[in-house]
Amino acid sequence: MIRAVIVMNTQGKPRLVKFYDFQPPEKQQELIRSVYGVLSERADNVSNFVEADAIFGPGTQLVYKHFATLYFVFVFDSAENELAMLDLIQVFVETLDRCFKNVCELDIVFNFNKMHMLLDEIIFGGQVLETSSEQVLKAVEEISKLEKSSSAISLVPKSVSARFGR
Amino acid sequence: MGSQGGWGQSKEFLDLVKSIGEARSKAEEDRIILREIDTLKRRIAEPDVPRRKMKEYLIRLVYVEMLGHDASFGYIHAVKMTHDDSLLLKRTGYLAVTLFLNEDHDLIILIVNTIQKDLRSDNYLIVCAALTAVCKLINEETIPAVLPQVVELLGHSKEAVRKKAVLALHRFYQRAPNSVSHLISNFRKRLCDNDPGVMGATLCPLFDLIKEDINSYKDLVVSFVSILKQVAERRLPKTYDYHQMPAPFIQIKLLKILALLGSGDKQASGHMYTILGDIFRKSEPSSNIGNAVLYECICCVSSIFPNPKLLEAAVEATSRFLKSDSHNLKYMGIDALGRLIKINPDIAEEHQLAVIDCLEDPDDTLKRKTFELLYKMTKSSNVEVIVDRMIDYMRSINDNHYKTEIASRCVELAEQFAPSNQWFIQTMNKVFEHAGDLVNVRVAHNLMRLIAEGFGEDDEGADSQLRSSAVDSYLCILGEPKLPSVFLQVICWVLGEYGTTDGKYSASYIIGKLCDVAEAHSTDDTVKAYTISAIMKICAFEIAVGRKVELLPECQSLIDELSASHSTDLQQRAYELQALLGLDSQAVESVMPSDASCEDIEIDKNLSFLDSFVNQSMEKGARPYIPENERSGMFNIGNFRSQYQHEASSHSLRFEAYELPKPSPPPTIPQVVLPLPTTDLVPVPEQTYPRETHHAPNLPSATDASSVDFGVKLRLEGVQRKWGRPTYSSPSASSSSSTQKTANGATHLDGRTVSSQTRDNFYDSRKQQAEVSAEKQKLAASLFGASTAKSEKRQLPTHKTPKGVPTTAEKPAVKGAISSSEPPKEKTVPSSPPPDLLDLGEPTPASTPSIDPFKQLEGLLGPTSAPSAIDHSSAAGPKTPDLMALYTDTPPAAVSSGSLNPELADIYTVNKNSHGTTNVAAMNKGQNRQDSLQKDATARQVGVTPTENNPSLFRDLLG
Repeated sequence: MIRAVIVMNTQGKPRLVKFYDFQPPEKQQELIRSVYGVLSERADNVSNFVEADAIFGPGTQLVYKHFATLYFVFVFDSAENELAMLDLIQVFVETLDRCFKNVCELDIVFNFNKMHMLLDEIIFGGQVLETSSEQVLKAVEEISKLEKSSSAISLVPKSVSARFGR
Repeated sequence: MGSQGGWGQSKEFLDLVKSIGEARSKAEEDRIILREIDTLKRRIAEPDVPRRKMKEYLIRLVYVEMLGHDASFGYIHAVKMTHDDSLLLKRTGYLAVTLFLNEDHDLIILIVNTIQKDLRSDNYLIVCAALTAVCKLINEETIPAVLPQVVELLGHSKEAVRKKAVLALHRFYQRAPNSVSHLISNFRKRLCDNDPGVMGATLCPLFDLIKEDINSYKDLVVSFVSILKQVAERRLPKTYDYHQMPAPFIQIKLLKILALLGSGDKQASGHMYTILGDIFRKSEPSSNIGNAVLYECICCVSSIFPNPKLLEAAVEATSRFLKSDSHNLKYMGIDALGRLIKINPDIAEEHQLAVIDCLEDPDDTLKRKTFELLYKMTKSSNVEVIVDRMIDYMRSINDNHYKTEIASRCVELAEQFAPSNQWFIQTMNKVFEHAGDLVNVRVAHNLMRLIAEGFGEDDEGADSQLRSSAVDSYLCILGEPKLPSVFLQVICWVLGEYGTTDGKYSASYIIGKLCDVAEAHSTDDTVKAYTISAIMKICAFEIAVGRKVELLPECQSLIDELSASHSTDLQQRAYELQALLGLDSQAVESVMPSDASCEDIEIDKNLSFLDSFVNQSMEKGARPYIPENERSGMFNIGNFRSQYQHEASSHSLRFEAYELPKPSPPPTIPQVVLPLPTTDLVPVPEQTYPRETHHAPNLPSATDASSVDFGVKLRLEGVQRKWGRPTYSSPSASSSSSTQKTANGATHLDGRTVSSQTRDNFYDSRKQQAEVSAEKQKLAASLFGASTAKSEKRQLPTHKTPKGVPTTAEKPAVKGAISSSEPPKEKTVPSSPPPDLLDLGEPTPASTPSIDPFKQLEGLLGPTSAPSAIDHSSAAGPKTPDLMALYTDTPPAAVSSGSLNPELADIYTVNKNSHGTTNVAAMNKGQNRQDSLQKDATARQVGVTPTENNPSLFRDLLG
């Protein structure tokens, strides 16, 4: 099972944090800090795996990938395959890239709700749901389309009434 | 609506992010966020916030919380937003709620209703959003509220919904297995879903279910195999391809499941061979995901019933991993190797170089994985190299978690495979020095025991040499500034016990050193307790041989300090020491016999030596003792009565707490009291006064003259007995010494029972240990034991020890135990005397990492030129004694030291025997019955005679 997905920049600032087992906010910060502590000490050209049992408990591992100013980190237990997780990061990043056209850190900061939407289509409750970025995008576009239409319907009267109210 | 930034968020949010990005310190960032929180609080509380605006506020709240600040004031608004009709807002609400709340939060109850409604929605996207929330927010109590709907959704027309419903159900299973136990059949049904995605999702819950209960799913083996076959043959739609691989994630899950189902099941494994072979053949080692599938295949092959062809393919794939330049693949390769050597230990030999490379690699992850592999393949021939490496690595890291782990592995390996005692002690010294207090206390106790018992050979000289070498090395080490407490305890104990034994060091020198320790660690009571006890022992030994003890001034001041210590335990020890100094040599000798830590102390649970005292008291009119369990019915009455009685003698109020110790032993340890012959009302057992060992002799003045002496004596015995455990002070014991005699009796009892208890514990833990190590031994035997290399290399340690143990260069010669006690071995060794083996003695193992890696390899992986052609089974016979030697050359110390107590000595030997015999089991692995019987016979010859005390054990082993 996948325990957590963390995206942070190279200064350790979290950009997207999703724990599939609930962690209280303070604990989340602590975990993010320790993950950052581990990652920042790792050289380039080493493996993408880190045994994380000191941070997330026995049997856990994390896989990370470093893109420009961002670390993408997946934390998971023994029921997952390390190399496959590495590819899942790839899927996630590819999808982001397609979605935002050359994704950069700022895109992620300002659209982290969209990031969550994408992520929810890839990982569901800690299990891999979909690995084709095309399918993910399709699902997300469908949602966006419906969102737009539904919000258009509901929003106009609301904002109009709000304006009239003032 | 605020001007939209290019990213669909408001200008305010953009500014916030920007200013946070520009913040130069954490404090500045915090200030910005606190300001933001204030703004949000105000805005959210305004009446009639437009919903669109509210959505943005919520997103900003999520952002704030992600940065580690409290956003709980907005939770309720997130909950409200889930009620919204608009999909966009509803989704935002769900997103915020799933990030904010846990499944036990109070607000969940407000959401359950919405979720129920949404799960029934016509819009499948709303259903999906609700299912996502279900995964995160539903706890055991609320599962029943949504379960029917989720189950219904398993048949939804959209595959995306079915997929999520399966996974949601899986989540319920993870959270509360019982709540969905009646629905498990649904997973099987969904396995046949005509959408491959849903089928793939079903594999996740099935994997978990199969892990729990393999046997109920054996019938699915054929289905899984055929699914895997179809996937591998690209029968799935193209959309499931990933990097030209057909549905690799589904393949991986299936392989994981097959690995579980085929483990130890020849029939089930048989079904899998073909498809596994196909996957190996079709593998695409060029892509990352292709390697992921390949790796999973190796895992599967190493888990199921072995098939030589597949193993060959797996080995080939593994070596490709190991030869790769990618660290990731090397990592996988090392891991795969660790799995494969379980089936065939020889595989490792081909990859020695690669393994060494990984060990030298700067990548920590890879290094640790390699250590794990080495740990798995450690045997007595390579233990020195491996443990040295581990210690070197341990020294270089700061990560306490991993340090603890690797230290405990070092200790485990050292305990298991130590080629000599000296090496063991040196290794332990290093572990203690570098891993400090991370080491388990038990390890320290083991070390003390080993020093005390020695190898237990008949040769006492070896033992005493071992001890003096330990003393030497400890005196050296004491000079170092920072030593962990546990290690200091060991040092103090050894110095106290053996510091003056060989006459090399004077008592005052050792005492001076000990005083230094106490002074340098004035905050550590345990260490101080150990030092004062050690000083006491040294003084006792001095007095016993008739020398006069002149206390050094610093020692005197230490005693003075401790007598006034706030710790009753330290006080007690200080007073004991003072009392001991006043005794004559004969008394001292019986109180503190020299080198008696291994001797057993007879516990007279009946306290029969108190009989005369009891009788005397009863003659004077004392009430007979009524055992506690018989009192229970009239507990209160009895108390009242005795209360009255006491009131006659003392004016003050009396409560139960004061009462109990007198008629009965202290209430804290009632279970120990029960074994007394409690049925009699009169506590006068038939037994005569026991033949006491050294600890409770008739002290000249013990009877009544000085009750202090009595108390002191008893305490001393406790201390002596309990060299393993420093702190069991019973305040009552120390305080009651000056009261009446009865109180003394109670104290006495107290001390004894406590020590008996601890001793029981001690033996228990000992037994467990023996079991554990036997298991390890078994593993090792099945790993590498069958190779002929083993029997040749066994001699290695004897040659090598001088190098591993520089300070004790002379000793190892004495430790020819292995060759001296095992004649059969000499027959094997000449059969194939490999020249390179002898060479092995030359290079200093691992201490100089820069030396020829090939030499190191030999140490690590067994001789490359090992004549593997030699029939394994023929080698197995002679190998036996060697293995045994490792463990049996510690004959029961209790017996050899002229045991004073046959009963306990028995227990002791039984322990030893069970230890030895389990080793026999280890070797029996993979051998036929006759072999094992033969081996058993050898074992008997060697000295591990199975007693009839544990016949069942042997039946297990041989039958």
